[in-house]
Amino acid sequence: MLDFFTRLFGKESVGSKDVARERLRLVLIHDRSMISPELIKALKEDLIEVIQQYMDIDVESLLVNFENEDNSVALIANIPVKSLKRVVNV
Amino acid sequence: MNSKVLVVTSGKGGVGKTTTTANLGTALAMMDKKVVLVDTDIGLRNLDVVMGLENRIVFDIVDVVNGNCKLKQALIKDKRFEGLCLLPAAQTKDKTSVTPHQMKNLTNELRKDFDFILVDCPAGIEQGFKNAIAGADSAIVVATPEVSSVRDADRIVGLLEAAGLTDSRLIINRIRPKMVKRGDMMDISDIIDILSIDLVGVVPEDECIVISTNRGEPAVLGNTSRAGEAYRKIARRIMGEEVPMYSLDESSNIMTRFKRMLKLAR
Repeated sequence: MLDFFTRLFGKESVGSKDVARERLRLVLIHDRSMISPELIKALKEDLIEVIQQYMDIDVESLLVNFENEDNSVALIANIPVKSLKRVVNV
Repeated sequence: MNSKVLVVTSGKGGVGKTTTTANLGTALAMMDKKVVLVDTDIGLRNLDVVMGLENRIVFDIVDVVNGNCKLKQALIKDKRFEGLCLLPAAQTKDKTSVTPHQMKNLTNELRKDFDFILVDCPAGIEQGFKNAIAGADSAIVVATPEVSSVRDADRIVGLLEAAGLTDSRLIINRIRPKMVKRGDMMDISDIIDILSIDLVGVVPEDECIVISTNRGEPAVLGNTSRAGEAYRKIARRIMGEEVPMYSLDESSNIMTRFKRMLKLAR
């Protein structure tokens, strides 16, 4: 009934396709972010290698994770720094 | 022979893989191509009934890979077209009766005699899926404009890429132009944006599909079905022809047809 009146007065309700698209977008962000432990491990090793060129880090307590927020996915890396190497500016 | 092995897959069940396989295969045969349809849905075979060939099955795919019969003995010739054959699935076995390695050998064997080998994949992502894609050159992903189907298609595209099948093409099946127009169904562009693979065709929802399945005669055989027409166009695109994509205005509403005629007249 309400639907009939809203249509009668030309008040277009939002089509359900926009809902579908938005829900799909979010669910796919989550689906696609399910990355295998092997990949995380490989990423971790590469990160360590790169960062160690610049600073001394605590490899043991390094953490790399994906975190889902409301509508995005973030790569969170927690890398404790032991000491910085002296950087010589060229 | 420069043949192509195409796997028709979707992840989700009931979106039209078997209908698509039957219609594309028949349409390619209508274009004088030698085509074999391979049903890999072991335990739940259906391609035979959709093709109307269920009464002629003697041997099946499991018999072939186990060496119980020769490949040629298991192939059922379609009476309508000289170059069209079906290799049926086994009904009483399960999906582990065939291995991906055996499937690869089988499709390579079929390459010798056919231009197109269309593999009808079962729903799901387990063994049956792995078997179906094992010998494929590329994939045709079927999805309907629904959240569940597109989500599963996305997963399938990821798995296909992981298996080295990077040039998958999409068929959007069972689209309802009226629902799209009033904003209650995802549009072609919405789905392509999400899945980011090439579109090879759009098939409208069509009652003719139910009727043709009832009869065991693929819809491409008749001239009255819009879905059949869409499948014939897809077959031509698979052959490398440039065919304009289906647009929602094509829906055969009498008024739009009339308007189009007027435009032509002007």
